[in-house]
Parts: sequence; structure tokens; C-alpha cells
Amino acid sequence: MIEIKKVSKRFDTLVVLDNVSFRVRDAHLVVILGPSGTGKTVLLKSIIGIQPLDEGEIFFDGVPVHKARDSEMYEVRKKIGFVFQGTALFDSMTVCENIALPLVEHTSQSSQAIRERVNNILDIIGLPGKGGLYPRSLSGGMKRLVAIGRALSLNPTYLFYDEPTTGLDPIMRDRVVALIIQLRKEYKKSGIVVTHDLDTAQAVGDDIYMLKKGKISKLEQIKKEEYDV
Amino acid sequence: MNLFSFIGDFSTFLVRSIIVPWKFKTTKWRILQQIYSIGIGSLPIIVVIAVFTGLVSTVQTSYQIIGSVPRYIIGTTIGRMVMIELGPILTALMVSGRCASSMAAEIGTMRVTEQIDALETMAIDPYRFLNLPRIIATFISVPILTIIAELVALGSGAFYANHFLNIPFGVFNYGLTHFFYARDFFGGLIKALFFAIVIAAAGCYFGFKVKGGAKEVGRAATYAVVTSSIGILLFDFMVALVIFG
Repeated sequence: MIEIKKVSKRFDTLVVLDNVSFRVRDAHLVVILGPSGTGKTVLLKSIIGIQPLDEGEIFFDGVPVHKARDSEMYEVRKKIGFVFQGTALFDSMTVCENIALPLVEHTSQSSQAIRERVNNILDIIGLPGKGGLYPRSLSGGMKRLVAIGRALSLNPTYLFYDEPTTGLDPIMRDRVVALIIQLRKEYKKSGIVVTHDLDTAQAVGDDIYMLKKGKISKLEQIKKEEYDV
Repeated sequence: MNLFSFIGDFSTFLVRSIIVPWKFKTTKWRILQQIYSIGIGSLPIIVVIAVFTGLVSTVQTSYQIIGSVPRYIIGTTIGRMVMIELGPILTALMVSGRCASSMAAEIGTMRVTEQIDALETMAIDPYRFLNLPRIIATFISVPILTIIAELVALGSGAFYANHFLNIPFGVFNYGLTHFFYARDFFGGLIKALFFAIVIAAAGCYFGFKVKGGAKEVGRAATYAVVTSSIGILLFDFMVALVIFG
């Protein structure tokens, strides 16, 4: 379980996160909904320690990480897969190498075992046989799937998705949403999805929160008229 | 940022990039890739520069001293000039122009496309993953390139002296070897080691510090070349002062 308690973050005078608190239960997906530019990505990056917090506490499985040193935070991050909005795939590496990178860096598995794991992930994300391609030859949607695959490689407990369906065509959007649901149901991956897309939020979220003007509030039901983008 | 805080930040960055768990098992391939890119990749342009360095040095030296000193002095002068100064500094400036800019652009692009953030989220230290291989590879490549440049420059100088100044290879070689001091050669190599660190650190530093987009990446590449060039001249003077002063 991840607990976020009274997290605040500001840039100069702009308050981006103001006393934000919520929790992510095991095998549940929390959706943070909100218009573009409200600080959803900042929230995700703050939780994982890439953006320093001004105030607040964060606990991963009861372990406080808000004051963790870099080396301690690296251990926590091995339990988390992060899917970037822009995919952040390494363009000098093939799909296989992208997915294998965390395994090569953090495990002592043989190259055969790594290859099997990568092929397994390619099957899960629905891109078998695409491992030899470079990111530049993939469509935007396929890149998004590879980014999810890379996030899966260390078999993390948690998956964080930053706008996973933004900019995708409807078919690819449905494919990504289906994969997110599959990962939660079949592989019990908890996590956080930040999005401004109402349909994605409704489709994948167990708990849905709205982040607006720095404040977070839990939504029991999404009402489109309240969602002013 | 004023000069002192820049020097402090730059030094901290360099130390942070080196004082990391090296993880040699995974890092060695990245070092080899960088040696290929920096060392082998720079070889053609270094050879071309060295050929002309040797030719021009011989022309200029002969213009100034031939007729007033024994002809073997041409070999001595060219040899010492190339080993102490021209070989290390021209090699370093060429590697700086070619590699510091590409390091800054590559790492800067990774910064703006969140690839460096991605490394962090994967619990991979970007300083070790990106900077360490580049620093080690430059540290290995630049002295080797310097030696090659010196050999080529001496060869082209000897060739010109033999064919156009009527100084036989044996006479040129006599001047070169008879007044050879190991300190000249190794002093040049020590310079090359300092230059290598400056080049790699500047390339990585300005790439890492990019914020924004394509314009800032271009600016980082420019800063990397300008800073490393100034650093090279600065260390050239300081090392010369310590070893030859």
C-alpha cells in the first residue's frame, strides 16, 4: 500500500500541490483526474522522489520514503514501474534492449533468462516479434505499450502511469486501457494513473480523485459538467 | 551563476560522476561503445589535422631558422614543439569540438525527453550510466589520439623536410632523437589526461543541466565546446608551468 499524507509542492508563488492526501490499496488502481497543467505529473514524480517535496509524508508498504537518501530511494524504485507520458524510451536501443535494461542493471540473470523474460513481456503487451525494432520505427501507441513493458521488466509491485492514453487513436487507446486493466486483475499490480481523459479514468480506476488548483478530492461519480478542462 | 559557484557546481558534478559504484560488469560495454565513438570516431580528423600540423610546423620552422643553425635542429624543434604543445592541444581542441558538443547534445536531448528521469525511476544512477563511461572513455582515448597525432605530425614533418628542404630522414631523426627528453613526451601526455577530463566533464555537465527544448540543447552544445576549449588552454598553461616552468 502507498500512503500519501499532506503533500505540498510549490514553484515560487505557484502552489501546485496543497495538502494532498490519499492512499493506494493493494491490487487497486487510483486515478488522479484533472485538467492539463494542474500538477498531476509533479505529484507522480514527487511520490517517486524525482521532484523534491516541500512538505508531506509518503509511505511505501509502511516504509517512510519522504526523507530517504538517494541510495535508499533507488531500492524503493525497484518496486515501481513508471510509464512516462512521452514514453522516454531510449532511442539508441531496440525494444528488447529497452525492456531488458533494468534486468541487466539490477539482476544477475543469464542473457538467456533475460531474453525469455523480455519475450514474455512482449507477449503480455501484445507486441511479439517486435523486439528488434527501434523506437523510431514504432507508432505512438506501440511506443506506449513498450514503455509499459519496460516498466514491467523488474516485476514491480506498483505501476505509475502518466497520461497513458493521451494522443492515441481510439483503437490504440482501448488496447492500452485493456492492458492496464489486465495488469491490475491478472498480475495484481497496484498503482496510480494520472490522466485528463474521463473515459480512461472511468475504465481503469478503482478510486478516482480530482486534482484541481492544488487540492485533491475523491470522486464517487464523475460528472462531466464539473470537469472543466 | 557567477564564476565561483560555476566552478563549484562543475567540480561537484565531476566528483559525483566518478565517485559512484562503477558496476564494471554492465558499465564496461558502455565504456567500449564510447571509446569507439570518441577514439575511433575522432581518428580520421585527428590524422588530417596532424598531417597539416607537421607540414606547417616544418615550413614555419625552416623559414625562421634554416641557414643559421645545423639542419638537424629542424628535427629537434619540430619534435619538441609537437610533443610538448601542438600534439596535445590540437588533439584536445579537435576532440572537444567533435565530442564535447555531441555529449552535451545527446545527454541534453535525453534530459528534455525525460530519458534521464526514466533512468532514475528504474533505479539506475544516470551519473554512472551516462557520465562515467564517457569520462573513462575520453580519459583513455585522448592520450592515445595524442600519441597518434604526434607520430603522424612528425612523419609528415620529416616527409616535408626530406622532399622540400633537402634534409634526409636520418638527419631529421638525429635531431629528433638526440635531443629527446622523456619529460617532453610525458609532459604532453599529462596535459592530454587533464584535457580529457575537461572535455568529458564539460560535455556531460552542460547536457545534464539542460532545461527546456531544442534551443537549450543547442546552447548546451555550444557552452560545452567553449568551456572545454577555455579549460584546455587553462590547463595547458598550468601543466606547462608545473612541468616545464
